[in-house]
Amino acid sequence: MTAPAAGPPVVELIHISKRFGHVVAVDDLSLEIQSREFFSLLGPSGCGKTTTLRLLAGFETPDNGEIRLLGEPANQKRPYQRGVGMVFQNYALFPHLTVARNVSFGLEQQKIPRPVADDRVRRALQLVRLDPKLFADRLPGQLSGGQRQRVALARALVLQPAILLLDEPLGAIDLQLRKEMQLELKALNQHLGTTFVYVTHDQEEALTMSDRIAVMNHGKVAQLGTPVEIYENPRTTFVARFIGESNLLEGSAHRRQGNNWSVVLPDHGQEIQVPHHSSIHAGALVRVVVRPEWMQLLPPGELAPGLNTVTGSVRETLYAGPAVHVVVELPGSKSVSVAVHREGQLAKPIRWERGDPTLIAWHPQDSRVVTED
Amino acid sequence: MPSLTRRMRTWIPRSPEQRGWALLAPGGVWLLAFFLVPLLIMLAYSLMPRGIYGGVVPGLTFEHYARFFDPVYLTVVQRTFMWSLGCTLFCLLLGYPVAYAIAHAGSRWRNRLLLLVILPLWTSFLVRTFALIFLMRDTGLINTWLMKAGIIDEPLVILYTPVAVMAGLVYGFLPFMILPIYASLERLDRSLLEAAEMLGASPRARFIRVTLPLSLPGIMAGCVLVFIPALGSFLTPDLLGGAKQLMIGNLVQNQFTAARNWPFGAAASFIVMALVLAAVLVYLGTRDRREVALR
Amino acid sequence: MTARVPRWLLALTGAVYLFLHLPVIVLMIFSFNDSRFSVDWRGFTLQWYERLLQRSDILHGLKMSLIVGLTATAISVVLGTLIALALARHRLRGKRAAEGLIYLPLVTPEIVVGISLLILFATLDWPLGVATITIAHVVFCISFVVIVLLARLEGMDGSLEEAAMILGADEITAFRRITLPQLRPGILAGALLAFTISFDDFVITSFVSGPGSSTLPVVVYGMVRRTVEPSINAISTIILLVSALLIYFADRSMRPVPRRASNR
Repeated sequence: MTAPAAGPPVVELIHISKRFGHVVAVDDLSLEIQSREFFSLLGPSGCGKTTTLRLLAGFETPDNGEIRLLGEPANQKRPYQRGVGMVFQNYALFPHLTVARNVSFGLEQQKIPRPVADDRVRRALQLVRLDPKLFADRLPGQLSGGQRQRVALARALVLQPAILLLDEPLGAIDLQLRKEMQLELKALNQHLGTTFVYVTHDQEEALTMSDRIAVMNHGKVAQLGTPVEIYENPRTTFVARFIGESNLLEGSAHRRQGNNWSVVLPDHGQEIQVPHHSSIHAGALVRVVVRPEWMQLLPPGELAPGLNTVTGSVRETLYAGPAVHVVVELPGSKSVSVAVHREGQLAKPIRWERGDPTLIAWHPQDSRVVTED
Repeated sequence: MPSLTRRMRTWIPRSPEQRGWALLAPGGVWLLAFFLVPLLIMLAYSLMPRGIYGGVVPGLTFEHYARFFDPVYLTVVQRTFMWSLGCTLFCLLLGYPVAYAIAHAGSRWRNRLLLLVILPLWTSFLVRTFALIFLMRDTGLINTWLMKAGIIDEPLVILYTPVAVMAGLVYGFLPFMILPIYASLERLDRSLLEAAEMLGASPRARFIRVTLPLSLPGIMAGCVLVFIPALGSFLTPDLLGGAKQLMIGNLVQNQFTAARNWPFGAAASFIVMALVLAAVLVYLGTRDRREVALR
Repeated sequence: MTARVPRWLLALTGAVYLFLHLPVIVLMIFSFNDSRFSVDWRGFTLQWYERLLQRSDILHGLKMSLIVGLTATAISVVLGTLIALALARHRLRGKRAAEGLIYLPLVTPEIVVGISLLILFATLDWPLGVATITIAHVVFCISFVVIVLLARLEGMDGSLEEAAMILGADEITAFRRITLPQLRPGILAGALLAFTISFDDFVITSFVSGPGSSTLPVVVYGMVRRTVEPSINAISTIILLVSALLIYFADRSMRPVPRRASNR
């Protein structure tokens, strides 16, 4: 995770809105993306991430607000005047042109002399690890999904754009290849110094590759931050649910002790400690998110000083490779999932059986107070 | 080319919506000017008093529509409606089995059989109608052969009878019935029939309980596609029916040629149009309801 | 599969196919019959075809049909292509109304189209002739072109044009270099269909044609009403074969290109 380079932002969205009929796709969105950054727009389908990307490309015009690219106002610029590159979800390779002609299409528009263009095409293909000798004269129909993906990337990169837009480029590739391409894209971003704006609905992909992520929902940014910030400190229930697994506990704030509040869980009257948060006052409804791997399971009755503890009974255990997920039912039918790793966590080889009483424990500082969307 | 391209570039509207309308405009204006506006003028004509020399004079009158209640014209409207309905029914009875047979033919045959159904739609209707005359007239092939075979002594009068007109209508519009029914039968999921068979349904029950209901959309579409052009028939009754078997189409044509009563012809024409639109709307209504029901 | 179709149904199907095609086949055969009146077979002749070449009305009608057909096809292909692009690639408010306007000519009886245009031209005091016939033909040809091209555009990835534009091509270049090459078979098919229906149209043409501008079908109609001579069989055979040939090529052009190996 390299820190974003300081300096003027290369992409600025200032109070952008876009409606389609009655549907608000992008709602008063403001964003700044720094030079060389790998920036992801992450969210469920219909959250406005693709529309945002299309606004940047110039395929859509905003109803309100201003778009600035490389410091210049871009609202009035057509896509071919913006100097951004784009990789499309379904590659959008021209089926009637060979790989070489696909890649050289943009160079031809710039009237680059043939020998120079040929050389740049060759280097672009090498950059995405396609052998020009083997692939230059093939048609897109003769390529595999991964190869098409690489051609699409080469076609965009050959123009050396300062900003590269990527619309779920790995969506149609199978898992193994996807992991490989993720690493390559990240490497290209660092190696070329191009700013990547990456649209995806795959949270794992976004966490792995991005410098910063904007989690979007209903056309707005629900949370903006580095992958660590987004995962460790989700600000809303939506972000907590959408990124990774999470347990949501709700209770009412009882009283403040120093930097902590004690919160009473309503169904069973158990009390937990959570760090202070600006939204909390006495009697307020408090939403707390705890990641499964931040929790431990203890035998009932064991003392855990300084930790939050809640009693429950095991409903089921789900084997998930590196960890076992134990679903624990709390009094009042709410359930919580706890990730128990094979090692660590008291290192006791306890086998949890259905119906076993148990104690869930976690550190009060690992309780994340969130607001509702 | 480049300089021209650059100059043209400045004409391209900025917003996608405007670009869309700019593309739509030339053809749209053509259709407005030479299709929709003429229909409206025709409607206006049908509501204006008749002029002395065949045209119209300013004013508003419903007399041309009132004339349809004259038994002479009422008969023509009724005949048009009944024959169109009859033609639709015959087409359905003949077309459904044919569509069924095509849908069940091997894939090698299927395309050829389909092409043979489509071909008549794209060949001259006038010529095809003449082909029927060639067969049906007194000295035509049918009569000549029947007399030669000694089955009849006098030529049968076929041409200029209702039978000839009905045969001509079915001959002309049958493909419109076969194609949509075929399409719905072809889409039919074969595993549904297998499921019905597993559940013990006889072939007859499978057809009546599964195939027929699921091909209903095709039947509806086919009926509308036959009924509509049948309503507007002109050539068939004109060439095969003679003067005694007029349909509205002939009435319209007559008013614009021999009778020179344009407003009355416009009114007749508008009645055809109204019947057609009613048929289309009824069809669209049932289709929408089905789509809602299937959702 | 075939085994499941009962025999009576096959017989009925065969009879229907005979009903649909036999009259035309008989008509064609007798265009070569060496007899003026009889429908007995009297031997093979080409005299009825030769006689066509001597008839100035038929030759003139053919010329009119070609002029009208080619002009109407050219106009309707251009206008129809633009409309199809607008409908397939652009969000438009009032798209439903536009679509209605484009498809309505297909369900409107020809006689209604014909007389409403006749009234229009009379109101405007335009003389009936080649121009009015062409205007009328474009009205119904456009719809066919639009339908064929919409089907083609639906099978075509819309982001290709966007990809071209983000690579620096303006709208016109993107259309010329990317859209047009892929649309070409559809345009060809649309043009062939448009020419065919223009070439075959009688009803609408008969209302909007003036003296000296009779197209081939109008001339043939006159012959059918007046005489029984086998020249009609000959010219009918020619008209049928021309349409059948055009439709064959249109059908071939419309077939989707077989997809190459795809790993998606």
